[in-house]
Amino acid sequence: MSNVLLEMRHITKEFSGVKALDDVNLTVKEGEIHALCGENGAGKSTLMNVLSGVYPHGTYLGEILLDGKECKFHDIKASENQGIVIIHQELALSPYLSIAENVFIGNEQTKVSGVIDWNKTRAHSADLLKKVGLEHENVNTRIMDIGVGKQQLVEIAKALSKKVKLLILDEPTAALNDEESNKLLILLKKLQSEGITSIMISHKLNEISRIADVITVIRDGKLIETIQRDTEPVNEDRIIKGMVGRELVNRYPDRESNIGEVVFEVRNWNVYHPLEANRKVINNVNINVRKGEVVGLAGLMGAGRTELAMSIFGRSYGQKITGSIFKDGKEINVHTITHAVDNGLAYVTEDRKTYGLILIDDVKRNMTLSSLDSFSNKFGVLNKNEEILAAEEYKKKINVKANSIEQVVGSLSGGNQQKVVLAKWILTHPDVLIMDEPTRGIDVGAKYEIYCVINQLVAEGKSIIIISSEMPEILGMADRVYVVNEGEIAGELSKKDATQESIMKCIMSHQKEVK
Amino acid sequence: MGVNEQKIKKNSLQGADLRQYGMMIALIVIFVMFSIATQGKLFYPDNFNNLIMQNSYIVILACGMLLCILTGNVDLSVGSVVAFVGSVSAVVMVDYKMPAWVAIIAGLAIGALVGCFQGFFIAFMQIPAFIVTLADMLIFRGLTMVVLTGRTVGPFSDALYNKIANAYLPTYFVRFGTSTVEFDMISLIVGITAAVLVIIMEIRNRSIKRKYSFFVTPAIQSIVKIAVIIIVANIFTYKLARSSGLPIILLILVLIIVIYSFITQNTVAGRHIYALGGNAKAAMLSGINTTKVMFFVYFSMGIMCAVAGIVLSSRNGAATPKAGDSFELDAIAACYIGGASTTGGVGTVIGAVVGALIMGVLNMGMSLLGVPVEWQKVIKGTVLLGAVSVDLISKRRSGN
Repeated sequence: MSNVLLEMRHITKEFSGVKALDDVNLTVKEGEIHALCGENGAGKSTLMNVLSGVYPHGTYLGEILLDGKECKFHDIKASENQGIVIIHQELALSPYLSIAENVFIGNEQTKVSGVIDWNKTRAHSADLLKKVGLEHENVNTRIMDIGVGKQQLVEIAKALSKKVKLLILDEPTAALNDEESNKLLILLKKLQSEGITSIMISHKLNEISRIADVITVIRDGKLIETIQRDTEPVNEDRIIKGMVGRELVNRYPDRESNIGEVVFEVRNWNVYHPLEANRKVINNVNINVRKGEVVGLAGLMGAGRTELAMSIFGRSYGQKITGSIFKDGKEINVHTITHAVDNGLAYVTEDRKTYGLILIDDVKRNMTLSSLDSFSNKFGVLNKNEEILAAEEYKKKINVKANSIEQVVGSLSGGNQQKVVLAKWILTHPDVLIMDEPTRGIDVGAKYEIYCVINQLVAEGKSIIIISSEMPEILGMADRVYVVNEGEIAGELSKKDATQESIMKCIMSHQKEVK
Repeated sequence: MGVNEQKIKKNSLQGADLRQYGMMIALIVIFVMFSIATQGKLFYPDNFNNLIMQNSYIVILACGMLLCILTGNVDLSVGSVVAFVGSVSAVVMVDYKMPAWVAIIAGLAIGALVGCFQGFFIAFMQIPAFIVTLADMLIFRGLTMVVLTGRTVGPFSDALYNKIANAYLPTYFVRFGTSTVEFDMISLIVGITAAVLVIIMEIRNRSIKRKYSFFVTPAIQSIVKIAVIIIVANIFTYKLARSSGLPIILLILVLIIVIYSFITQNTVAGRHIYALGGNAKAAMLSGINTTKVMFFVYFSMGIMCAVAGIVLSSRNGAATPKAGDSFELDAIAACYIGGASTTGGVGTVIGAVVGALIMGVLNMGMSLLGVPVEWQKVIKGTVLLGAVSVDLISKRRSGN
């Protein structure tokens, strides 16, 4: 381990004025496994996208040196030609094609130009599969018929087919179970011994401390520290401190908590994956919310919080759901979304464009979509004037910046779209609102306004469950925090005990427990 | 992202309204053009009568089809179902010697059953609508031939059935002064009554808006809009008054158009259809029972097929195995010409009706000019492609 393979110098990347990366330096030596740690949104993926050419040369400041030579990648293909291959969290595989076809996708083995050489394709892919420990797989199996763990290995085989020098893995074990993760880590070690350098982005500190030679910690787009395993001890606490150690500024409006009785309770909740009937996604979850309380669900991406929320909300996720839901002490039936809405439940989705809004429709009609019954007579005839009145009222109340209530929501900014979704659910007069990533991808000002709406709702005696990957947001808003990990409740923390460190520790110790 | 959002902005419902007005203007332009080309023949009173009579089934089908298109789907089985309903009604009357009302009820029941059948597969089994209706296109064409055993079944002895598509409302002809032509007073009175109703409704609408202190469009805008509607409607009734009076079928058409317009624009059910077409996932997560909505849409299409089937067989005085051939394409074309979006969520009933009338005027004008049938098809196809292309390209331009 000697030569420097990659050097990224003074990388700065801005998105419309916001610095996602601020003067970051990264040095990777040949043959090492380099871990990149940081919170969601810290800039890890951005850094790797700069490296792999997703953001072409010229859209960032700074320089990239590979083997001492400067590289100016204009696209992913250019970086792949230099032996840099990135494997994204969402795998780039075509589900209906075979393993062999996927290994050589975009890089097809041909005889004459354009004609696929099937013998070569199958033979070469079989060789590659052997290298990644999939020698028992038939190369003709369709990708969709093998598990996520094996799919990940196929991705690596695909990278190997491109003569990879530097392999970048973005959260490679996020979707894998422990056995599969273990296999993958062993494979990375093996590839290392064959001279392949890797950069691994991961939240799982136990995995990092197990295989990484060097750990780089990034926070808020800045390099915090680089820990060399051979010179200093690797300690999870130290990494956590580096990842989260920021002072909280007052980005959250104050609130007088006035918490009452338990209003909403979920007991012994179990959910299985909608496609894989044997995969348990939510395991024996018990949570409750009191009147006027904001409860946070903290956890890492993929911890199962959205799955939990959607399965509660009219069983809109998963299958073989068992457990019971109580409201005001009585068990309620929320088997369908209509039942859930009728029982005073609301779910503000994390993906407002796909699941929250009719983008081609206007502000008014989006706002009233879930509460049309209150704007119509018993024959289902709408009173459009009352509808306009309500839409105008909420546009003013939560400050939706639109030209008029007739503006199409697809043309609004993210923050204003989110406010429309919120208005839609507030108009149903819910008692319990589940908000999934309510401030994802919106600016600080709009965030503050949404926090104010949340405070107002709880002041009116409503109960709120808030899911967020931004820990400061959970800590700033929640009266009580449930830590979710691997589909289970890893712990419950009061506002007083909840800190970024305590939440991280809770997750880490739960991960060890699961092992 | 920016460009995309711009596009969406231009794709607003307001845009759809403009497009609709554009098509109304196109309808008038085409009408005037053919009137000139045929030296005024198109303007003969009897041709107004024919325009309604010949296109009634397409207008009926376009209303039902619009709902399917709003969900982002189509119904390809329409022509076959029309033939099937006609054949069942005909066989009930001719072979089983039943009275007309039994045949009508039987026809409507068949339509309802077909609607349920399609709705079951599309909404509950979630089989793509394209495939279900493609299959039904074959199934019901085949069943039509089975029911008719290859014959043409007719004529119908029951006058009631024949009247549906061929008879007129009671008339009261009057000769004015020394004029040689007679006018049906009833047609004229209906036209004037409709005009008064339109004016009263607009005044009422404006006063309600004022009461809510909403923005009220300038009076001149309302007056122009109403004036155009009243003039066009009264030209129609005037021409019909000089012909044979108001056809019964016109009454059925107006009723269907009003009901479908009302459902789509003023009811919760209508709003749910638009929401489903705009974003099915979001609609579902907003608490809309998308399965029910989808079922209702195809059920309504079945009923409209039944009405069209009865009207067609009544007009032809017989049921034939080839009846209703390619009606589905005319109905779909009418909706698209009238401003409906192929991806769903955008379109209006009035637009679809205007689209159907454009096709109708084209058909009649070309027939009067003696354009051969084969070329008529070429021209109709070109108009469909041209209308939608011009519309989409202009939208994309303004979008960028």
